[in-house]
Amino acid sequence: MTSRTLPLFATIAIFLIAYLVCYLQFPAMLSTRVIGNLLTDNAYLGIVAVGMTVVILSGGIDLSVGSVIAFSGVFIAVMLRDTGLHPLVVFALLLAVTTAFGAFMGGLIHVLAMPPFIVTLAGMFLARGAGYMLSVESVPIQHPFYEVLKDAYYLMPGKGRLTLLGVAMLLSVAGGMILAHRTRFGTRVFAMGGGAQTAQLMGVPVGLTTVQIYAFSGFMAGLSGVAFSIYTASGYPLAMVGTELNAIAAVVIGGTILTGGAGYVFGTLIGVLTMGLIQTYIVFDGSLSSWWTKIVIGALLLMFILLQKGLLRLGTARAAA
Amino acid sequence: MPRVIQRVLPQLLTLAALMALVSVFFPDFLEITYSDGRLVGPVIDILKRGAPVALLAIGMTLVIATRGIDLSVGATMAICGACSAWAISAGYGLAGALGFAMLAGLAAGLWNGALVAVFGIQPIVATLILMTAGRGVAQLITEGRILTFNHEGLAFFGSGDILGVPMPTLIWVLLGVLVALLVRRTALGLLIEAIGINRRASTLAGINSRVLLIAVYMASGFCAAWAGIVATADIRGADANNSGLWLELDAILAVVIGGNSLLGGRFSIAASLLGAMIIQTIDTGILLAGFPSEFNLVIKAALVLVILVLQSPNLAPRFARIARRRRGTPAAGKLTTREAGE
Repeated sequence: MTSRTLPLFATIAIFLIAYLVCYLQFPAMLSTRVIGNLLTDNAYLGIVAVGMTVVILSGGIDLSVGSVIAFSGVFIAVMLRDTGLHPLVVFALLLAVTTAFGAFMGGLIHVLAMPPFIVTLAGMFLARGAGYMLSVESVPIQHPFYEVLKDAYYLMPGKGRLTLLGVAMLLSVAGGMILAHRTRFGTRVFAMGGGAQTAQLMGVPVGLTTVQIYAFSGFMAGLSGVAFSIYTASGYPLAMVGTELNAIAAVVIGGTILTGGAGYVFGTLIGVLTMGLIQTYIVFDGSLSSWWTKIVIGALLLMFILLQKGLLRLGTARAAA
Repeated sequence: MPRVIQRVLPQLLTLAALMALVSVFFPDFLEITYSDGRLVGPVIDILKRGAPVALLAIGMTLVIATRGIDLSVGATMAICGACSAWAISAGYGLAGALGFAMLAGLAAGLWNGALVAVFGIQPIVATLILMTAGRGVAQLITEGRILTFNHEGLAFFGSGDILGVPMPTLIWVLLGVLVALLVRRTALGLLIEAIGINRRASTLAGINSRVLLIAVYMASGFCAAWAGIVATADIRGADANNSGLWLELDAILAVVIGGNSLLGGRFSIAASLLGAMIIQTIDTGILLAGFPSEFNLVIKAALVLVILVLQSPNLAPRFARIARRRRGTPAAGKLTTREAGE
């Protein structure tokens, strides 16, 4: 176990211990029903967090994803209401739009040499404003194909439902793992996270890679928007306010270092599930108030950031010695 | 032209242009009447409604000048508002309410500052923790309800007025002037800028950057406390869920519109305050002009994009070169002296 993998193992250990504590108190927590719901309820967050992981690995940040998800929901709902297009065609259109939007932000970040924080902040306003312009109200989605998607599940032993959404999240994570750890693009992302200047000197096409990174994040946000619209069967421009922060929190709890350059996509899945577990525990307990979720997530964030900081310091001390 | 005016000239021009634009759609925009002992009119309304963002922008300017960012101000606002409402209902009186709120704000700033300056965590991450947890803490104080109170003294800070001027306006102007004097009449402002430009170098030059950074974040928390007091007093209740929600982004936007670089260094509090007023003028103007409010966010996004292009380190030298060529003066020497003097 090196200092690089320690945060990942810490994340997994905390998740398992937390699950054990939950199980000891409520034995029903281990049923496949709870596990199935845990996957389904957090599917949209897991999908978008994969994109966020890649962005953060490169040393950037993408604040626009929550708004993009809300825009996606409204876009799908309005297109299905006003045109006769099949949902799959609408999905393809939407993914093209959000990917282009992400690529545009990536391009701005590179061309203007401005911090991703402020560029994606503008993107956040733009996407939410665009959602508002399509519709101010919540638009329901009534399409037979949506019923099919919503009811598509595999019945696990113990009557737990492994839904299409849950599978989509697991596949996204698997895809993200391959992309980040097994492709040339992934290597470039890690190189940029170590430092854009160093990466450039090593021959990484920094501009192209930046565009690709944010395009990927936009694509995942669009995919997450599709998942969310299936989950809620509606589109609402005010939905998902603050999701970008949940995604960032999941990435950090998942052991990825926020300065970039080190982390694992798999950790993000555990981070998402840990956050979902806290919520499930609060539901099971019944007497705890929902605000404890926020406080516990804040405490977890603090713990992981301090852990990473300590590891980094240990690493530099060892390198100096 | 005095240097201060020259610095805020772009913001003043933008504000004037916006006001002229709104007046075209809503002719009574600039009208101010005096009725029932108070000034009434859209402009006064903007000065009052813009108070929370203006207050947050004061602290945010200082934080951004140190090359930091404070994402937690919205949550801090909610905590401080909850504290003041709780103190009033628990019978601590007005002094207690204000005192608790300010203490909570300073404590939040101390927390952020310690994480940034002592533990060396990136500001955006360090303040993210309080942003996530802070609203939970505020809900803990109000026990999830909207904590209402009936106390004229505290409500005065939200809806009262002195000599016809609304109290929130007085508070942000007064705090802005005080902080500006504090940083500009002493060396503090210079030291803050030094940290923003290069923390290591300024530490080596003998600046106690650790203490100063903590102080800057505490100042931001203090400003957030007053924003929380104003917001809570205005509705006579502490709403832990919605008080200050997403105002941190507006405050950052105000600072950026004020022409302050997110990369730290030189700052102007007056320009940030004008930035806050520009945002509020857009908000109010869109409503008055009869446009649907959904345009608001798109206009804000466009505004940010324009400012980004103007501030971009890649493009700014090119603009300067074009301007120089157009002026047709061999201004190289002149420009460098002016840049050095700025």
